[in-house]
Amino acid sequence: MALTIASREVDGVTVLDLSGRITLGEGSVQLRDAIRDLIGKGQKSILLNLGDVNYIDSSGLGELVSAYTTAKNQGASLKLLKLTQKVHDLLQLTKLYTVFDIHDDEAKAIGSF
Amino acid sequence: MDSVNQVEAAAGQLATDAGLSEDDCFHITMAVREAAINAVLHGNEYDSARQIDVTLENTGSRLIFVIRDQGKGLDPDTLPDPLAPENLLRGTGRGIFLIRSFMDEVNFRQLHPGTELTMVKHLAPAEDRF
Repeated sequence: MALTIASREVDGVTVLDLSGRITLGEGSVQLRDAIRDLIGKGQKSILLNLGDVNYIDSSGLGELVSAYTTAKNQGASLKLLKLTQKVHDLLQLTKLYTVFDIHDDEAKAIGSF
Repeated sequence: MDSVNQVEAAAGQLATDAGLSEDDCFHITMAVREAAINAVLHGNEYDSARQIDVTLENTGSRLIFVIRDQGKGLDPDTLPDPLAPENLLRGTGRGIFLIRSFMDEVNFRQLHPGTELTMVKHLAPAEDRF
């Protein structure tokens, strides 16, 4: 299943609803392009909703990290929402859980920006 | 990437047929996918003229996955630690770490040219499996 990305605005925060797999190739490139597009348009608050992401490989993890650093370097903030158990476990295993600001509740995530 | 997807699917099927848990199947498919990606992308440098060779085997007590590329070779001991604080924000470098995390045995052999990666998952005795 390829990655689909839907975008919506909530209280000044761009929420990207991701669905499918973030893997080397199409998925990771889509995510990269979406983030760069938002940063290029001056968006400073980005929330990645990973509630429907069932698989992420090391390239996908790298893309999440790159998205975070790209945002940070441009004065923007990128946070994660609703990790599935598998993605949660991967972020824990790779110690990336300590890098990101991660939320289970969207309203609280929006309010944290 | 079609070959990577095929290898991933085959590994997943072998793990499922062996009666492993969903979590173990997920970890195995992920490890094998990472190995295949490494072989295609880093080993063969995405050169379509080079091939990867993959064998998958269920011996009854172990699942054995072997992936060979035709590249320059790799010394896994020289790879940076992706968990080191100075490497956490790197965009790459987690593949072999994930392979080692999810498989019970991981061995690299230099083929000159090429690298052979053998990954082994131990199977529980038949009566203990799901």
